[in-house]
Amino acid sequence: MKTVYARPKLLKEAHFHYCPGCGHGVVNRLLMEVIEEMDLAGDAICVAPAGCGMLLYNYFEIDVVEAAHGRGAAVATGVKRVRPRNLVFSYQGDGDLAAIGAAEGLHAANRGENITVIFVNNGVYGMTGGQMAPTTLLDQVTTTTPTGRDAALAGHPVRICEVFSMLDGASYLERVAVNRPAAVVKAKKAIAKAFRRQLDGAGFSLVEILSPCPVNWKMGPLEACRWIDEVMVKQFPLGVFKEVPC
Amino acid sequence: MSGNAALAEAAILSGCTHYFGYPITPQNELTEYMAMRMPGAGGVFIQSESEIAAINMVLGASVAGARSMTSSSGPGMSLKQEGVSYLVADELPAVIVNMMRGGPGMGNISAAQSDYFQATRGGGHGDYRTVVLAPGSVQELTEVVPLAFDLADKYRSPVIILGDGMLGQMMEPVDFDGLVRPADYDKSWALTGARGRPAQAIHSLIFDTRLQEEHNWKLQRKFRLIERDEVRYETYLADDAEMIVVAYGSGARIARGAIKRLREENLKVGMIRPVTLWPFPMKALQEMAKTVRDFFVFEMSAGQMVEDVRLALEGQGRIHLYGRPGGVVPTPVELYRIVSRHYHQAR
Amino acid sequence: MKGSIQIDKERCKGCALCIDFCPESCVGLSEELNLKGYFVAAFDDSKECTACRNCALMCPEVAIEVSRS
Repeated sequence: MKTVYARPKLLKEAHFHYCPGCGHGVVNRLLMEVIEEMDLAGDAICVAPAGCGMLLYNYFEIDVVEAAHGRGAAVATGVKRVRPRNLVFSYQGDGDLAAIGAAEGLHAANRGENITVIFVNNGVYGMTGGQMAPTTLLDQVTTTTPTGRDAALAGHPVRICEVFSMLDGASYLERVAVNRPAAVVKAKKAIAKAFRRQLDGAGFSLVEILSPCPVNWKMGPLEACRWIDEVMVKQFPLGVFKEVPC
Repeated sequence: MSGNAALAEAAILSGCTHYFGYPITPQNELTEYMAMRMPGAGGVFIQSESEIAAINMVLGASVAGARSMTSSSGPGMSLKQEGVSYLVADELPAVIVNMMRGGPGMGNISAAQSDYFQATRGGGHGDYRTVVLAPGSVQELTEVVPLAFDLADKYRSPVIILGDGMLGQMMEPVDFDGLVRPADYDKSWALTGARGRPAQAIHSLIFDTRLQEEHNWKLQRKFRLIERDEVRYETYLADDAEMIVVAYGSGARIARGAIKRLREENLKVGMIRPVTLWPFPMKALQEMAKTVRDFFVFEMSAGQMVEDVRLALEGQGRIHLYGRPGGVVPTPVELYRIVSRHYHQAR
Repeated sequence: MKGSIQIDKERCKGCALCIDFCPESCVGLSEELNLKGYFVAAFDDSKECTACRNCALMCPEVAIEVSRS
């Protein structure tokens, strides 16, 4: 018997704290697979967020610094400016990047900071119990939109890849998903591409990852995966939104 | 040079390699000086999108091992408080400059000492203090700035330099020859990529309450050491004084002018000028209280440092206060009149 | 060619994504509870696993190891 898939060694032994069927587990795994395969464990520095992804240092066998909520792109900027040859990436959720961290994310992209933002979009604030996120869809029920998101009261879902694609400083922006095996394979490729580009000095990259949040969507894991295909991608189409040749 | 520019130059000479700042009056000359000077000095300058972004860039640069600085004024300092709390909790060095202006709210751009509480009582959330240095002249910046970077690295904690708009914008001769660049400290804790060593994590989230408590006591032990070893102050004509003025920064310069006039009339007034506002020179004041009964606190605020004087004296002596908030800069003559009146009334 | 998977029962949270995405129906939900209190996924050796790795790709707990002979 030959092993054709095993846990990446860069994942610590700790069991994930994520809910059953949560996409964070897949994204965490993909990141460590890519870093391991690209032999970057000695160079990688991750900036962890506030949110469900805040315990990354319990799982990643790489240097990690925790940022205050929303400040990941600014902290990553500081790190990268001191250590330009390291692989520096922030891991941010909906609130972290699209709400409180919108200015820092936008301006890091605008300055063309040579960092990678891994943006996990699950349309809701998971850690705090399922409140509306900037990415919550219209009519989507959350704990702070109990009758469904109404644009007149709560605005529209924010499409980060599209918005950032207007910034001249952004170099590579792709939206992927982790709700099907083929999508997971593409997501991994996008992450690897972003990291490769960073090492080549290509400038700001962001990989937006549509991710299931079964508990806060009040769905089973498979239903949540299907919902991404049937509903979510209509608002957040997958694909490359910017790719500056490098 | 202006105080703002001298401060920036002193920072670079002290080994500051990364500056992140956002424009706000009355410290813009500092930011602009850094923009001009940092690249040539081999450092990094970023005008950040906000004061919040700046303090977080400082955190990132610091965690990666660099001597890093930001500067602002009152409203911007309020924005930075979360970042300062994180720096303390993460045990990261940083230097943060506040050139105070009138407040609260938008306030004005005149010199004030309105942020004493904010600077000395932690300022952000959680149980902590930061070292607060209060320079009183442009030349003193050449001592205070390297000291700030040294203490920040030595104790792995942020240090605040508390100036004001007048100090920042006044032009005085300054001599950098005496500035000694602080020696480098071991920064093996810094995040550099886990090559050849175990991965390191820097974070302040500690769910377990007993472990969080332990971390807090660790920080507190550090603060006790700082209180024991890092108090700095100056006295002026205090030896035979019957009334001691307590003032800092630009306030102390005004007080000096007033005291000179008072002494011409043989009023025995002296001054203690704290240079570290935290740790406050508690013992020095207690010592003075053995022979001096009247302490006259002068500040360009409604009265903030006066509370530390009360704490220091523990009920001994009499405390007089002359405070003017709002960016009003009293003249030495004005202060001389007030102190003189209190002095005579006290007799 | 015969594939086989090993599931770390204590990591498994019974999300069943491995079950849903296995093209050969090699995985099912067992009646066995792990220490966390989840019904764990279990591999059915009698089925024709092709080592396609779908299960491992989808598993959020990284609980699955895939082998091929």
